[in-house]
Amino acid sequence: MSRLKLGLPSKGRLQGQCIAWFHERGIAIERTGAEREYAGTVSGVDGVDLVLLSASEIPRELAAGRIHLGITGQDLVHETIPGWEGRVSQLAALGFGRADLVIAVPSVWVDVESVEDLDAVAADFRARHGLRLRVATKYHRLVRDFLRRRGVADYRIVDSQGATEGTVKNLTAELIADITSTGETLRANHLRVLEDGLILASEAALFAARAASWGAEERATLATLCSRMGLDEPAL
Amino acid sequence: MLTARAYLPDGRLGAGLARLEAETARILTAYGAAGATVVEPEALQPADVLLDLYGEDIRARAYVTQDPVAGEMMLRPDFTVPVVRLHMAHGAAPARYAYCGPVWRAQEPGSRRPNEYLQAGFELFDAGDPAEADAEVFALMAGLVGETGSEVATGDMGILAAVVDGLETAPHRRAALRRHLWRPEAFRRLLRRFGAGHEEATAARATLLAAAERGAEAVGELIAWAGEPVGLRDAEDITARALRLAGEAATPPLTEAQVAALDEVLSVSGPSAAALARLRGLAPDMPGLKGACDRVEARLEALARRGIDAGALPFSTSFGRTTLEYYDGFVFGLSAPGRPDLPPLAQGGRYDHVTAVLGGGAGIPAVGAIIRPEALIAAQGGAA
Repeated sequence: MSRLKLGLPSKGRLQGQCIAWFHERGIAIERTGAEREYAGTVSGVDGVDLVLLSASEIPRELAAGRIHLGITGQDLVHETIPGWEGRVSQLAALGFGRADLVIAVPSVWVDVESVEDLDAVAADFRARHGLRLRVATKYHRLVRDFLRRRGVADYRIVDSQGATEGTVKNLTAELIADITSTGETLRANHLRVLEDGLILASEAALFAARAASWGAEERATLATLCSRMGLDEPAL
Repeated sequence: MLTARAYLPDGRLGAGLARLEAETARILTAYGAAGATVVEPEALQPADVLLDLYGEDIRARAYVTQDPVAGEMMLRPDFTVPVVRLHMAHGAAPARYAYCGPVWRAQEPGSRRPNEYLQAGFELFDAGDPAEADAEVFALMAGLVGETGSEVATGDMGILAAVVDGLETAPHRRAALRRHLWRPEAFRRLLRRFGAGHEEATAARATLLAAAERGAEAVGELIAWAGEPVGLRDAEDITARALRLAGEAATPPLTEAQVAALDEVLSVSGPSAAALARLRGLAPDMPGLKGACDRVEARLEALARRGIDAGALPFSTSFGRTTLEYYDGFVFGLSAPGRPDLPPLAQGGRYDHVTAVLGGGAGIPAVGAIIRPEALIAAQGGAA
C-alpha cells in the first residue's frame, strides 16, 4: 500500500506543539526507539508514515514532493519556495510558532518612522558614505519583494544567518529585517521596529505538497485524515 | 527537450542550428559594415558593478554565484554593462562594437520566458550628434528585422526627466522623482505624497520638525534622548535629514495643476508627429520640456533623412519606463505583429549616464540595441 509521508520537526518545542496539535484532533504521534532515534508512529489513521526532519528542511522536502504533508513556518515556506502558492497548499494555520518578520532600524534614527523614509535615507546615505544602505537578513526574497513594492531603491541585502540584531553595532549593516516575537532582543540591541515595517506575520502551518505522488491510496488517506481532524481537503 | 533553445524547438543541432548561425552571421556582417568591432565580453561579471547600476532587484533576475577569490559574480544578464566596462577600460574614445552571445536571466516559476537566450547587439559610443546616432541605430535594427518586426514602439525617457528637472518644487523632491523615473508605481506614490492634502505629520514627526526648526542642536538632543547610537549612519546624517525634512515641510505641496500636467505628459501617446505637437503644446508651462521636444524633433528629422516615415512612428512618453531601466533618452522596440508570445525582436536606446556611472565620472554618450536572433527566426517561421 502506498503510504502518506508526514514531515514534522525532528526535535524541540515546535515538535512537541505539533504532536499536541494532532493529539487534540484525535491523531496520536509517538516517538519510538531510543530517545535520540529519529523515528515515530502515527496512530488514529492508517497509512501515514512519520518523517522527522530539521524544521528548515521541511519546505525543501515539500517543494520537491518527497513528503506529502509537512509542518513548518509560513516564513520559511514563503522565503525558500519560489512561487510557493503553486507548489504547496496550506491546510491549516496552527496558532503556534508565531513570529513576525519585521524591519528594524536604530532607535536613534529619529528621522525614520516608516518604510517610505528609507528610500530617501538610502539615497542620502549612498551620497555621503559611498555605499548602498545595507539590510542584514536571512529572508532575502521576502525583504526584496517587500522593499520593491514599497518603492525603496538603492539598498543592498547582506546575508545574516544568525545574531542579525548585532550586525548594526558591528557596522556590517545599517538596518535589519528579522523574525521577532516580543521585540526584546531588538530593544537590547538599540533597534526599533518601523511602524509599517511588518513584512510577514508568520505562524506554523500544515502544508500539502502538490508535487508529491498523489495516488488513489494517498488521496484516500488524506481524505480520512482531513475529515478526522475537521479540515477542508485541499485541491491538489 | 535538450535540442530546444529560446523560442526554437530545434535550435541546438543540425539544420535548426545552421539556420540560427546563418542569421547571427548576417546580423554581425551588417554590424561590421556599419563600422563595428566585434567584442566578446566575459560571461561572468562582478556582482558589485551590476548591483550598483540596477540595485538589489537584479539579484532576483540574474544568476549569482560565489567565486572563492573574486567574490560574488553574476552571469551577465545583458551585454550593455560588460561592453561599457570593456570600452571604459580602453579609454572613452568614440567606438562602435558588435557582439553576439547568450545572456542569462532567472525567471519566476511558471514563466515561459527563457532563462538563456542570444543577444546580437550593436553599441555606439559617440559624443557627436545624438539625433544622428539614435537614427542610425534605429535604422540599422529596423533594416535587419525587416517586415517581421514591423510593430514599432518608441519613447524618450528624456521627456519625463526634463519635466521633473523643471518642476518648481524643492530639490529633494525632484531628486526623489528622478530616482523613481523607471518605477511607475513608486513615482505615482511620490507624486501623491508631494501633492496637496497629504496626511498630517504624526506626533513623532511633528516633534522632530519642531526640533529641526530650533536648529541642529535641538535635533542632536532628540537623538541623544532616543538611545544609544549604533551603526554607520551617525548623528550627522540624521540631523542633516531632519533639517531637510523641516525644509520640505515648509515647501508648499505640488499644486493640482502641476500633478495634472505631469499626468498629461505621461499620457501622451500616438504617431510621433502628433505626439510631438501635443508635447509642444504643453511646453510653455513646463521649463525643460522645450529642450526635450527639440531633441525629439531633431531625431525625427534624422530618421526621415534615412528614409523612415518618422512622423508616423508610434510614440509614447511612458514607453520604456518599466523594462528598460538604464535608458535615459530615446528608447524603441520592434516586435512581430500577432506574436504576443515573443519578446521584441529588437530593442534598444540611449544610455548616456551609464558610461559616467561605470566610468567613475568620465562618460561618453552611448546608444545601442540588440536583436534576439532566436525570436527573429521563430517569428519568420510563422505562428508556433
